[in-house]
Amino acid sequence: MVTAPPREAGETGETGRRRVTGRPRLVAGLLVGLLCLLLACAASLAFGAESVPPGKVVTALTDYDPTDRDQLVVRHLRLPRTLSGLLVGAALGLAGTVMQGVARNPLADPGMLGINAGAALFVVIGIGWLGLSSFSGYVWCGFVGALLAALLVYGVSAVGREGATPVKLALAGATTTAALGSITGALVLSDTDTFDQYRFWQVGTLSRTADIVGQAAPFILVGAVGALLSGRFLNTLALGEDMARTLGQRVGLVRAMGALSVVLLCGSATALCGPIVFVGLVVPHLVRTLTGSDYRWVLPYAAVVAPALLLTADVIGRLVARPSEVQVGIVTALLGSVPFILLVRRWKAAEL
Amino acid sequence: MSAVVTERVAAARASVRGTRRTRQRREVLVSAVLAVLVVAAFVGSVLYGTRTVSLGEVVEAVGGGGTRGTYYLVVELRLPRVLTGLLVGLCFGLAGALFQTLLRNPLASPDVIGISAGASAAAVVASVAFGLSGAAMSLSALGGALLAATLIYLLAWRNGVSGQRLVLVGIGVAAALTSVVSHMMTRSSAVVAQEARIWLAGSLNGRTWEHVGTLLFAAALLLPMTVAAARSLGTLQLGDEAASALGTRVERARLALIGCAVALTGVATAAAGPVGFVAFVSGPIARRLLGREAPALLPSALIGALIVLVSDQVAQHALGSNQFPVGMVTSIIGAPYLLWLLTRANRRGRGG
Repeated sequence: MVTAPPREAGETGETGRRRVTGRPRLVAGLLVGLLCLLLACAASLAFGAESVPPGKVVTALTDYDPTDRDQLVVRHLRLPRTLSGLLVGAALGLAGTVMQGVARNPLADPGMLGINAGAALFVVIGIGWLGLSSFSGYVWCGFVGALLAALLVYGVSAVGREGATPVKLALAGATTTAALGSITGALVLSDTDTFDQYRFWQVGTLSRTADIVGQAAPFILVGAVGALLSGRFLNTLALGEDMARTLGQRVGLVRAMGALSVVLLCGSATALCGPIVFVGLVVPHLVRTLTGSDYRWVLPYAAVVAPALLLTADVIGRLVARPSEVQVGIVTALLGSVPFILLVRRWKAAEL
Repeated sequence: MSAVVTERVAAARASVRGTRRTRQRREVLVSAVLAVLVVAAFVGSVLYGTRTVSLGEVVEAVGGGGTRGTYYLVVELRLPRVLTGLLVGLCFGLAGALFQTLLRNPLASPDVIGISAGASAAAVVASVAFGLSGAAMSLSALGGALLAATLIYLLAWRNGVSGQRLVLVGIGVAAALTSVVSHMMTRSSAVVAQEARIWLAGSLNGRTWEHVGTLLFAAALLLPMTVAAARSLGTLQLGDEAASALGTRVERARLALIGCAVALTGVATAAAGPVGFVAFVSGPIARRLLGREAPALLPSALIGALIVLVSDQVAQHALGSNQFPVGMVTSIIGAPYLLWLLTRANRRGRGG
């Protein structure tokens, strides 16, 4: 007991020192991340099935001439696509981080936990049964589906003795995805027109028109602000539920707010671009290796790194199969499964 | 004194023997009842349909007599379909029970851990990219299942394979493979995609004697192998350490059993597509009927057959004028059961 005070002082001194040296480094890192994001945006505008000279890309943005075909491509196809990549990437990165924080579970990811599948099912119901054809119509279906699936998966896995462990959550998510997917499959099977729309939507693609991207933007921005503000609460929650409660945090309220922003982010991102897996799972882990576990830094980093990676994946998908393309959802699923499996392998069996 | 001890030991032995006998009696009884039900479902499926035929007509047709119409209906249409359903059900039920017992997890069925996804991806690539159909497509499905299983096993290998790591790696691989399926669907015409979709849902439509022959041959090969390999299942179920202490070569025995289960899944998937959730629900239902935790391979296989036969009748005749693929019915029955099972497994603090 006698040695306790000096050790405590040493610890605060150390963290204090780390903060002084750490913060400029973290800010600098964030700036580098922003630079990478800008480069990814530039690549997304510059490369595609059609080759457009770089000069024309710049003129299309600064001095737009609607009669030039190349400028038309940049302005009407690549610009909205880049914007939707930015929005969806940030949404998925933030949603994944918040989910991992709220569920205190390293495997939480909107794609793995069936949230995308829930949104997909309800979007199909919206297209097929309610006859919705505009984004503003079926985005609400996406929200409802995302919310219900999140409640279902989390509820099912949290019932037991040890609460929602990684394995339980992943299994509940995978089985819910399978179950919802087969219901979706049954629906689209009996309706060829809906199926034809759905099969292109379900792969996850960023090519959307500008007005649809504009309609999704407010939802994602509100969700993103909510997520970015939650860093402090997630830090407290990371200490454990009991500790957080002792420190005066209203755990239930924080969880509800976190879930709300996740549903806003995932529901609108999925309704906009279709289900995209692994981005929300991998990005937070990647970011944590740079920032440490402080959610106040993990969140903004994730919001920058995730869209940069998503746009890069999209550019790769456009370039590997010219003149056609591989949709971004496929590229992320294929590339993202590698870090996921590495993550799983790194844990000891006992931790899982 | 020693007489008392001997008496007590004898009494204990008698009670153990008694319990064992009751258990065996129950297993025999359950299996017998299930076998009767399977036979009833089989005969019913042959007799009833859009045109009902009598048992006498069936016997006549099989013997080569009767009218031409009846012969065509019974021998060319119904018998191959029903036999395929029976064999596929047996294989799926057995494979599911094997996986669940081996990985000691009620949720680890080939549908969940990516083996069906491997078969589906290979089949869709074969049909869409290479224009294969029929036996060639089935063979590629089998190859896909084996390849996916090998991949998952190798990726999960780390000083041996832990059940939970295998499940998680499987979920990751399944996500990547599912995206391949989605991608292939967007690259094909709507008609081809719709056909692939029906196969992906699991269908017994238009099965011929060729299917039955291949399936029979494979089953005749695999079933004895499985029975032989399953001798070590009882000790494996006690846990890796206990099993190796009891003299079982854990990795070798597990590899043999997984090999059998994968081959069964692949063969069945090749014949009828991934009929959803049959492998998943058969084992738990069997264990419930027996009232204890046991491998219960025979009852599981019979339940699988029963589910497929009854579901196919429902899919063909009970859902209005539309004929649905059998996998859709099994999925819609299986999905809610699966989620209910998940909450129960969790409440007991085990599995999931």
